[in-house]
Amino acid sequence: MTALTSTSDNNSFAIEARNVHLHYGSFRAVKDVNLQIKARKITAIIGPSGCGKSTVLRAFNRMNDFVPSFKMEGEILFHGKNIYDPDVDPVQIRQMIGMVFQKPNPFPKSIYENIAWGARVNGFKGNMDDLVEESLQKAALWEEVKDNLKKNALTLSGGQQQRLCIARTIAVRPEIILMDEPCSALDPIATLKIEELMRDLSSSYTIIIVTHNMQQAARASDYTAFFTMEEDRAGVMVEYDITSHLFVNPKKKQTEDYISGRYG
Amino acid sequence: MVRETLNRQIHHILDETLLLGSMVEQAILNAVNALKLRDVSAAKDIYDEDQAINDKRYAIENAVLILISTQQPVAHDLRVLTAVLEVTTELERIGDYAKGIAKVIIKLGSESLPIPIREITRMAEVGVSMLHRALGAFITENAQQAAEIPSEDDEVDELYNQVYRSMVNAMISDPSIIDSANLILWIAHNLERTADRVTNLCERTLFIATGELMEMDTSDDESMD
Repeated sequence: MTALTSTSDNNSFAIEARNVHLHYGSFRAVKDVNLQIKARKITAIIGPSGCGKSTVLRAFNRMNDFVPSFKMEGEILFHGKNIYDPDVDPVQIRQMIGMVFQKPNPFPKSIYENIAWGARVNGFKGNMDDLVEESLQKAALWEEVKDNLKKNALTLSGGQQQRLCIARTIAVRPEIILMDEPCSALDPIATLKIEELMRDLSSSYTIIIVTHNMQQAARASDYTAFFTMEEDRAGVMVEYDITSHLFVNPKKKQTEDYISGRYG
Repeated sequence: MVRETLNRQIHHILDETLLLGSMVEQAILNAVNALKLRDVSAAKDIYDEDQAINDKRYAIENAVLILISTQQPVAHDLRVLTAVLEVTTELERIGDYAKGIAKVIIKLGSESLPIPIREITRMAEVGVSMLHRALGAFITENAQQAAEIPSEDDEVDELYNQVYRSMVNAMISDPSIIDSANLILWIAHNLERTADRVTNLCERTLFIATGELMEMDTSDDESMD
């Protein structure tokens, strides 16, 4: 997709939402979001249920396109180009901006094939064994599975499955990894492993994570965006700041009330 | 209302901090009164009672650590609790100054000395008054009041200079009292430092209110510390 790759990217933002409104049919789910995501940093999106944080996350790689009633106003700029422009290929967008879901969802195939399949579909022509090893190494899973690559991925533990899904995302060489509650189905140790992995990955990738777990946002992210919903139930972004600032000295009372557990 | 448990425990910690503050204020006033009366027995009591101040400080510190580890406070709650850790440290150190004054009184015994008691008493009164209002500002998070208190330190510094000059003159006219006169200077030094520590306390009130950690200016130069 030349439209997205030809622009030299000198600014430090990996992706930017400008005046974004998101609708499902007549319901406005998210109102007027302006959010500049820093490159190779971890940005957490927090907020109460129904505030539109997952909707915003999905807008970043056009995952909402699968919802027939979905409509978007505004722009999401990636390499200076609105990813919703008619000449943009959403499949390529999803390759460059990958997503890891709440529940680990490996294919019911071997560990090896889970990595290789996506790369093959995307036309990968290099050494597949090397790609599989490199992706599993980056996802901090290689040491645990290197002797069992032919084993069915569904036999792995939940935490290992989630790291496999991260490896699968990395294998198609994205620039941005979106994570939608990636640890909500995992135990605390597996959760901490994912958080450490996110930290390692952030030297090469931009990560945006939606999480209900505020301690996770505080522990694992560099920047935090707090969303809430207004009386018409439309989600709005209340505050966006460096994580350590937002959790020690939030500027808005709504943020203070939410993060200190006095919401509602 | 959510977070009742956290609210209740923070209030308890603040109450205990106020109580610690009263104990420290009383210790300073008692120490200077014992000096005025040259009451060695009262000084011994003050010396021993410092243990209760230390115990209270550690009990508060422990309660704060438990709350941080079990309730994961953030934002304003976290600023209050970390400020309490700093404030209790300052209070405990002021308690040590009272203990230091008591130690000097015990050491001097009934030795006759030209002690500038009026200035020393005034230093204690101003310092304790500053401390009392600083604690009130801390508990009520009154940043404006906290910002005004440190400048009162100027009077304490001036009184210290008067005590210093008075004792130096006394030492020149009677070199045999040099050792004991130095101990009196030590008392004045402790009272001067008490007022300085009140400034640190006021800084924490501003921190709770604004989230900014900043040094508050006083005319005092602490470079001799």
